Amino acid sequence: MHITSPAFKKNAHRALNDAGLQKALKHARPMFTGNRARAVANLPEFEQLRDIGRDIKNHTLANLDWYLETYAANVERAGGHVHWCSTADEARAKVLEICRSVGARTVTKGKSMISEELGINEHLAKHGITPVETDLGEYILQIRDEGPSHIIAPAFHLNLEDWEKTFRAVHTDLPADRVFGDRRDILAEARTRLREKFLAADVGITGANFLIAETGSSVIVTNEGNGDLTQTLPRIHIALASIEKVVPTLEDATSLLRLLARSATGQDFSVYTTFSTGARRAADLDGPEQYHVVLIDNGRSNMMGTDFQEMLRCIRCAACMNHCPVYGATGGHAYGWVYPGPMGSVLTPTLIGVEKAGHLPNASTFCGKCESVCPVKIPLPKMMRHWREREFERHLSPASVRGGLKVWSWFAKRPAAYRLATRAMIAALGLLGRKKGAFRSLPMAGGWTEGRDLPVPEGGTFMARYAATQRGKRP
Amino acid sequence: MSKDAILGAIRRGLRRGPLPADQAAMLEGRLATHPRHLIPARSRIPRPDQIALFIRNVEKEFGTVARVDGPEAVPGAVADWLAGQNLPPRFVMAPHPDLLALPWSDRPMLTFEARRGEGSDTVSVQHGWAAVAETGTLLFPSDPTRPTTLNLLPESEIVVLRASRIVGAYEEAWDLLRAERQDAETGGFMPRNLMFVTGPSRSADIEQTLELGAHGPRRLHVVLVEDDPAAR
Ligand code: SF4
Repeated sequence: MHITSPAFKKNAHRALNDAGLQKALKHARPMFTGNRARAVANLPEFEQLRDIGRDIKNHTLANLDWYLETYAANVERAGGHVHWCSTADEARAKVLEICRSVGARTVTKGKSMISEELGINEHLAKHGITPVETDLGEYILQIRDEGPSHIIAPAFHLNLEDWEKTFRAVHTDLPADRVFGDRRDILAEARTRLREKFLAADVGITGANFLIAETGSSVIVTNEGNGDLTQTLPRIHIALASIEKVVPTLEDATSLLRLLARSATGQDFSVYTTFSTGARRAADLDGPEQYHVVLIDNGRSNMMGTDFQEMLRCIRCAACMNHCPVYGATGGHAYGWVYPGPMGSVLTPTLIGVEKAGHLPNASTFCGKCESVCPVKIPLPKMMRHWREREFERHLSPASVRGGLKVWSWFAKRPAAYRLATRAMIAALGLLGRKKGAFRSLPMAGGWTEGRDLPVPEGGTFMARYAATQRGKRP
Repeated sequence: MSKDAILGAIRRGLRRGPLPADQAAMLEGRLATHPRHLIPARSRIPRPDQIALFIRNVEKEFGTVARVDGPEAVPGAVADWLAGQNLPPRFVMAPHPDLLALPWSDRPMLTFEARRGEGSDTVSVQHGWAAVAETGTLLFPSDPTRPTTLNLLPESEIVVLRASRIVGAYEEAWDLLRAERQDAETGGFMPRNLMFVTGPSRSADIEQTLELGAHGPRRLHVVLVEDDPAAR
């Protein structure tokens, strides 16, 4: 996927002025947050489960090497294959090699963020293999050549008119005067169109929500059933999974599944939760002949032992972005890569580098809402702060920001000078703005005053007033 | 090799070498005993209430349930439901001995083929292996008598489930699976495919508004066979 994270400010600006996007955001956000709140209210143990989820993931990460080896051994025992890949290049090459081994022409795909991260579609297409996205949202994005704007609702930025227009433009073999009365007609057309693709595909590629060390199983969670058709009908099933997806046992996965759907869509449980273990057995009537897991690192092992290790607990539920005021204003595309919102602001710099993604951790109000809804209690604000520190240390922030912070820190460390300077500033501003009552613009603060006025200071500094009240309180 | 590189980087991060034998043994023990975590109170209720909870949850997720007194009443319930939905009396059925043994000839209008699902099938009758009351979830381990395609390709799926196979929480279903199933080829208890199904297929990808029947069945109907004296 083309990276536009360095242009976050420009992207965000464009998003704020995009009427269609703002309409979609306004419509979808209360649904996301409302549905989650209802589901959580219906499970009194939810808060306890969050602690359990965090602990399961922490335990796994502390023993990640052992659990991965055990998982891989159990996949092989069940007749599957595991391919360890350090880099995106390696993973792409492996997927292509498996597809070529059966002369694949078309490949169906379930929704997978790691596939977006690796750019599997582009790679297959470049080598003459047609990838077909089968999740309804991903399907329309593939047609429109857009990236996902949300990790579980990839096309939520589109409105009904966009769907209609796109379907008319590409399904040209259907009568041009067909009527799209409502969403159901769109769904029906997509179902018919994709059914042909499911039946024709040689290879099916899915992601994985969890890997189970105990049994060597991969787990996918969907509502449409597209992931299941993708992995059941073709001759080969490839599951793409990053290394942090592993959990020890079925019981551990179960506890996390109780958190996942509630946090994501506000359902008690997703419609289809499917455990795949090995390939078709000799007497089975259906299922793939080969089962491959492409196990991907792509930068994650380097997060171990760092300030960002806890990010590897993430179960990709999207609650953090659904509740984020910044995401709520800009949508997902502004973040410029695969992972938007608070989780993306932490993850993207680790995966593509802070030089490219340094703006993202700055796009936070530090309101703390993300951490308060995260089902595995990832301290997202703290980690965004770590990125800001690193950005500063590595001299990646602009000179004006660095200069300003330096001046501020000089004063902040010298209380007497600070008080003197603020007193002088207040007096000067008070004098200058006495008549108008507020400043519409200020030199060197144009960005700030563009959206609001600064009231003219009245009276003394905070410290002076505080001292006065303290004196007054004394008996 | 990438495997070594990945494991090496993880160990560097954890500031240790491969896990010492005694700690590995502890983890082996954890896998072998697979301890349960907190199980929500909602499903830890008396037996008849568990069945009622299962039914309520299926209906909440847009499925339907018909209760029948015994296996002999299943063909009638299937015929009635098909007629009620204006569907033809034809279906494809899982080749499971329990289903094949039902008195289908009582309803001569019904015709079926026992096989896997195909793209053009409209109705399937599937064997419900077990179900979880906690969320109204049906379990389908794949094997020659319970093809996965029957859960996916037809527009309507009818599941025949015995009430005695309803458990409270997912964890109890795992115990059943471990106790009852042994895969001759792999030596493990997991089938190739194990689907947990909660309601009919749906999508909210268009304007976050729920529509039923995305890629899987549009309708999910459970014929619940009362065989559990404790449940009445
Ligand atoms: S960081 Fe937490 S809230 Fe955000 S997607 Fe990951 S698990 Fe969900």
